[in-house]
Amino acid sequence: MGHCSSKEAAVWRCLQRNLLQRRREGSGPMTESTMKNCTMLNCITTSKYNVLTFLPINLFEQFQEVANTYFLFLLILQLIPQISSLSWFTTIVPLALVLSITAVKDATDDYFRHRSDNQVNNRQSRVLIRGSLQNEKWMNVRVGDIIKLENNQFVAADLLLLSSSEPHGLCYIETAELDGETNMKVRQSVSVTSELGDPNNLAQFNGEVVCEPPNNKLDRFRGMLYWREKKYTLTNQNMLLRGCVLRNTEACYGLVIFAGPDTKLMQNSGRTKFKRTSIDRLMNTLVLWIFGFLVCMGIVLAVGNAVWEREVGTLFQHYLPWDPPVDGFLFSAVLTFWSYVIILNTVVPISLYVSVEVIRLGHSYFINWDQLMFCSKCNTAAEARTTTLSEELGQVEYIFSDKTGTLTQNIMSFKKCSINGHSYGEVANPLGPHPKRLDFTPFNLLADPDFCFYDDTLLESVKVGDSHTQEFFRLLSLCHTVMSEEKSEGELVYKAQSPDESALVTAARNFGFVFRSRTLGTITTTEMGRTVTYTLLAILDFNNARKRMSVIVRNPEGRIRLYCKGADTVLLERLRPCKQDLINITSDHLNEYAADGLRTLALAYRDLTEEQWDMWSESHQCADKEEDLLSAAYEQIEQDMTLLGGTAIEDKLQEGVPETIALLSLANIKTWIVTGDKQETAVNIGYSCKMLTDDMTQVFIISGHSVQRVKQELRRAREQMIALSQTKDSEREEVVEGCGEVCFMKFGGAGKQSQCPPSNRMDNISGDFALIINGHSLAHALEADMEEEFITTACACKAVICCRVTPLQKAQVVELVKKYKRAVTLAIGDGANDVSMIKSAHIGVGISGQEGIQAVLASDYSFSQFRFLQRLLLDVPDQRSLEYPKLYEPGQFNLLFNKKVFFICIAQGIYTSVVLFFVPYAILADASQNNGEPLTDYQTFAVTTATALVIVVSVQISLDTGFWTIFNHVFVWGSLGCYFTIMFAVHSQTLFSSFPNHFHFVGSAQSTLLQPVVWLTIALATVICIVPVLAFRFLKLDLKPQLSDTVRHTQLMCEKKRRPAGGRVASNWRRAGSVSEGRLGARGGSRRSGYAFAHQEGFGELITSGKNMRLSSLALASFASRHSSSWIETLRRKKHAHTPPSTSGECTPALSHSSSVLGCSQEAPIEVETVQESRMIPTTST
Amino acid sequence: MVKEENESPNRPDNTAFTQQRLPAWQPMLSAGIVIPGFVLIGLAFIGIGVALLITSRNIQVLELDYTGTEQNSPCFQCSDPDKQNCVCTLQFSINRLFEGPVFFYYGLSNYFQNYRRYGVSRDDGQLYGDLSYFKEPYDQCEPYRYDRNKRPIVPCGSVVNSLFNDTFRLFQIVNGQQKEVPLDGKGIAWWTDYNIKFRNPTVTPLRNAFNGTVKPLFWPRPAYELDTSDPANNGFINQDFLVWMRRAALPDFRKLYRRITEGDYTNGLPAGNYSLEIAYNYPVLSFNGRKMVVFSNVSWMGGKNEFLGIAYLVIGTLCVVMSVVMLIVYAKFKFPEEE
Repeated sequence: MGHCSSKEAAVWRCLQRNLLQRRREGSGPMTESTMKNCTMLNCITTSKYNVLTFLPINLFEQFQEVANTYFLFLLILQLIPQISSLSWFTTIVPLALVLSITAVKDATDDYFRHRSDNQVNNRQSRVLIRGSLQNEKWMNVRVGDIIKLENNQFVAADLLLLSSSEPHGLCYIETAELDGETNMKVRQSVSVTSELGDPNNLAQFNGEVVCEPPNNKLDRFRGMLYWREKKYTLTNQNMLLRGCVLRNTEACYGLVIFAGPDTKLMQNSGRTKFKRTSIDRLMNTLVLWIFGFLVCMGIVLAVGNAVWEREVGTLFQHYLPWDPPVDGFLFSAVLTFWSYVIILNTVVPISLYVSVEVIRLGHSYFINWDQLMFCSKCNTAAEARTTTLSEELGQVEYIFSDKTGTLTQNIMSFKKCSINGHSYGEVANPLGPHPKRLDFTPFNLLADPDFCFYDDTLLESVKVGDSHTQEFFRLLSLCHTVMSEEKSEGELVYKAQSPDESALVTAARNFGFVFRSRTLGTITTTEMGRTVTYTLLAILDFNNARKRMSVIVRNPEGRIRLYCKGADTVLLERLRPCKQDLINITSDHLNEYAADGLRTLALAYRDLTEEQWDMWSESHQCADKEEDLLSAAYEQIEQDMTLLGGTAIEDKLQEGVPETIALLSLANIKTWIVTGDKQETAVNIGYSCKMLTDDMTQVFIISGHSVQRVKQELRRAREQMIALSQTKDSEREEVVEGCGEVCFMKFGGAGKQSQCPPSNRMDNISGDFALIINGHSLAHALEADMEEEFITTACACKAVICCRVTPLQKAQVVELVKKYKRAVTLAIGDGANDVSMIKSAHIGVGISGQEGIQAVLASDYSFSQFRFLQRLLLDVPDQRSLEYPKLYEPGQFNLLFNKKVFFICIAQGIYTSVVLFFVPYAILADASQNNGEPLTDYQTFAVTTATALVIVVSVQISLDTGFWTIFNHVFVWGSLGCYFTIMFAVHSQTLFSSFPNHFHFVGSAQSTLLQPVVWLTIALATVICIVPVLAFRFLKLDLKPQLSDTVRHTQLMCEKKRRPAGGRVASNWRRAGSVSEGRLGARGGSRRSGYAFAHQEGFGELITSGKNMRLSSLALASFASRHSSSWIETLRRKKHAHTPPSTSGECTPALSHSSSVLGCSQEAPIEVETVQESRMIPTTST
Repeated sequence: MVKEENESPNRPDNTAFTQQRLPAWQPMLSAGIVIPGFVLIGLAFIGIGVALLITSRNIQVLELDYTGTEQNSPCFQCSDPDKQNCVCTLQFSINRLFEGPVFFYYGLSNYFQNYRRYGVSRDDGQLYGDLSYFKEPYDQCEPYRYDRNKRPIVPCGSVVNSLFNDTFRLFQIVNGQQKEVPLDGKGIAWWTDYNIKFRNPTVTPLRNAFNGTVKPLFWPRPAYELDTSDPANNGFINQDFLVWMRRAALPDFRKLYRRITEGDYTNGLPAGNYSLEIAYNYPVLSFNGRKMVVFSNVSWMGGKNEFLGIAYLVIGTLCVVMSVVMLIVYAKFKFPEEE
């Protein structure tokens, strides 16, 4: 509806009143204004054509291609007899062929679109008509209709939720098709409408909705409902968007707000930006130049023609008078110009476009076929979703990677721990035999069979009853917000809000401290086979500022103890000032873990006396709901703790991630992590995938909250870089002198020197720097006047990590690099939040085989593992380029196809054509056959030149071919064979007798090619054309070998000498890899906290309020409902306070998770039943 | 492998082609191939060049210009375009035996048979004997398609119209007597032209086919009367006509007129004096053209062709020189990895 979207901030008005008639009386008459605004049906058309419009529209589209238009232009020229120098069918045959093939392809595509449209449009939905529900096809649903949706049904249009079968007008939806997230989200109707339970009431509903015009923002909706003289604000929270699926809700009613093409889903499926590669653009420029060259040639030749006609042609009129319309040399020249445009049209390499397309298509197929990019775990092969970007894969300079799901698997595993100064979980000998996985089952029947741990000393320590170890695991089994579900005896399923907690509780479970269940005030565990129930006195909830959480429990013996886990930096300050040794050792251990990229937490406890507890409990009560007071109260009791130890959790990287990043960085590709996750988490991943190392000169963290502050921080970082690199440079110079491998080093520097002045100095920065920037600082850094400052600083760093960034910022970062660096960028991600980044980068890669599909749908290439990136980028030939990633650099600097290369080719082409014309000219002028007949005739000359041309080109192609597979042989020899076959066919008697005026070369091929002189001519021309090229290449190879030549040569020599592959020239990256592994062994002291905890605030309160538990007693139920609204408010408030303003992707799952819990706990307990089926919602009963 | 594919249908096929493992030959421009290659090519070219040059040197060529623009030329008076049926005689002598078989060419210069508009102005359909084109000649024949009375011209077009029509008789002067040298006009055209490309309509007598048509404007006689002496050599398969119709690629060209292979001249033209009687009909002065006759014999590789031999020698030498240069460069800057 164009008139609506064209209104800028105008409201989208829909008059519900008139549609009341349909609801009551069936399809009633509509007023004019209704017709204008509200008649849109829910019918969608994604197809482009119908039978009638196909031909004109398709042809119109096809003639927007330059090549087709050019051919058409030639065809028109050829139809003018005075100009035409070639028969018209030389143009119309290829043109018709190209047009019809494309048309058939388009028609097939459109047929399938029609089919899917029909299928979708004919889905049934229940619409309220004449006061009762009737079945109606989706396409007939109108704006203003009220629809009833049932569980697991797709939402037919964008609906305003009016009421639902669930209390409070809540319903649950899955938005996988919309944004790729598979977790459930909760929607709630406006409270006044939620009471309109049944169709009769709904039929009377005559509210009026005024809202924003249709748009594609999935997470925003603004509107007003006017009903019974009152206004109600509508937000996205009230909306069910088309494409969602209703889950865990028996039924709900919705009012259609946007239908068909206006729905957010359809608005979002808008045309994706067509990506063009730089080669495309270069080719367009070059083709334009060539066309200009053609015109110039035409002009020169036309002038020549005018001169000739004037000087010679006038005299020659005795034999050839000018055509009647051609009454002078000038007019003749004008016509000649066009004739030459036609006859020289092959100069414009239109076929180049076709060839390039075909090559790219081939590349895409090879990507699809590659077994080494096939992941057997998720059974997905790599897929080239765009077939037009292949060559840009060879030019990538910047990779922007998402973290969760892309670099990591989002699986946490308990790796190591330090208990009472003893570190467990170390693998004793990394080179030795693979250690055996511990088998917990004989010891513990409740153990989780999937849990992996290799250090049996820890198990021994538990078994012998070491008190510290036991207390350590007791803490882990008590201090958390996990819910458990025991489907059958011993079969525990933990529902954790964060994967970290799940890992910790699972570890405790396996080591004999099994968390069994919890109620409002108790926690039941099985400790070493003995069931113990603790009274849960308080949960001191986690938040990002506190960086810790505690529980206060009373054990069966009546002793009160506070268990605390949190960041080492925070926790160590709150310990009892004794046992300094233990503290030092533990913090050393934690630092070691951190250096390995593990996520660490420190654990401590404190014994409380009854008095202390009572006192604190009171103050805690007073502080209720006042955040500052609350945290002060927490602060007060979390003191004087005794250290138990620390845990190290591995945020499991995807396979081969560090190796891939190292390899790519050797190929001069810079990887940036762009994530919505927290700074700590992102930094940890940076360390674990070896982007950040402890050997780095400096890691800068930008986290200012104001423009000034960010500017200052950036500036300081730059100053330090320059200062540090100067000292480093002077050191290095001494080193370089002794270093032999200069030829490898020299390559990188030459390419890019075209940066803006302030960055000049920054380009020459040496030393390893890393930049970590927070989302809120990034927002400032991305402002127009800061952009440049940011980009120069960031690009001087080896590693850049942007954390807490919103999807939009992700795209902005990519755009920024595109703008200032003019480099080819690649974005890789798996979630809906990466879509914007994937779309704006030159190449978008989606990780497939995971949950969402949104990223994959928006991507150009998709595969299931990050490590396949190395194969995608460095492939050709795979083994060689993976071993020598430096080979990638010429592509980045565009050394292989640029204007210079192009002009060299043009020069060679001109040389070749001169040779091909003048050599036969000079020879055939005097030559005759051995029966005396002269060879100067036009047809012999033509056949000789053409044959020489084909042979020269074939030889040139052979020279350019590095790999002669069977296909190369077939095509090179085949094209020669084709040439001769076609020539003999065209010169045959059969064709001539049918079309004597078109195939008048009859017999020329036979007569010409039998002459030895002709072959001597061809041989001479070939040698004159090829020998200089050959000599030039040989000399260049000897005097100025390229890296690729060297590598090729070395490998061939190696093969010849049968040395083991790889040989002496060991690959750089392997060395680098082994070095970094070595570093792992001999760790320097890292002074970095490895704390990271993916946790959301608010769940402690959720548990203590008991809202998310199935409550058996009515009393409790009433208690719950009384308090429910207040804790929801708290949760909301905290959510807004501690997450960035627009929900970034990384935390979206967690957020929506919390909101689904939120929804559930708002229920009256008895009605919770359906919700409890949801996997998300932990349910326990005592 | 088959089993594995059954397990996961998504797994790409494991073939040498899809996995890019096709066996490949990887040629390398190594010194061991390039330098000897250059030497070989160079030597081969020098060898061929020498052979060509020697062969070419042994070929005898005699060129006689008879345009008649010069005052002292015997054909001076004939060059006046107004003069009809002019005959002039050219005297020349041969010092040593002109070895046979001798070929007799006529040559034209500054004559643009390669001009496109001229070249396309013909109707191969007519010339193939297709009677439908007799009624309506091919439109490319303009301006020689219809005469003023709208009668179709057969054969049509400028190439046909401008048929070369000088004729020659060669006499050896033996003891003051003129002894005519027999000239053989058979088989001087391409075999494919004579047998395939050009055909007379299958109408007997031939002239009936031309009813309702007019002869080309410049022709003295219609096509079916081109050779009055040999009825079989008429129409579109007249040998002189065929030779003319195979148009030259360059503005200076010669075309085969006759062979001298018969009678006393089987071994060639003996030394002595000769006279050439020319029926001077073809005007060339208007476009500054020249006319000549050429006598030549041929070798295995055709007529006299100095350029080919010299070119081969030069290129061969250059290749050898290049190979020496490359050898020096190679010795100095050895390929890095080859130690």
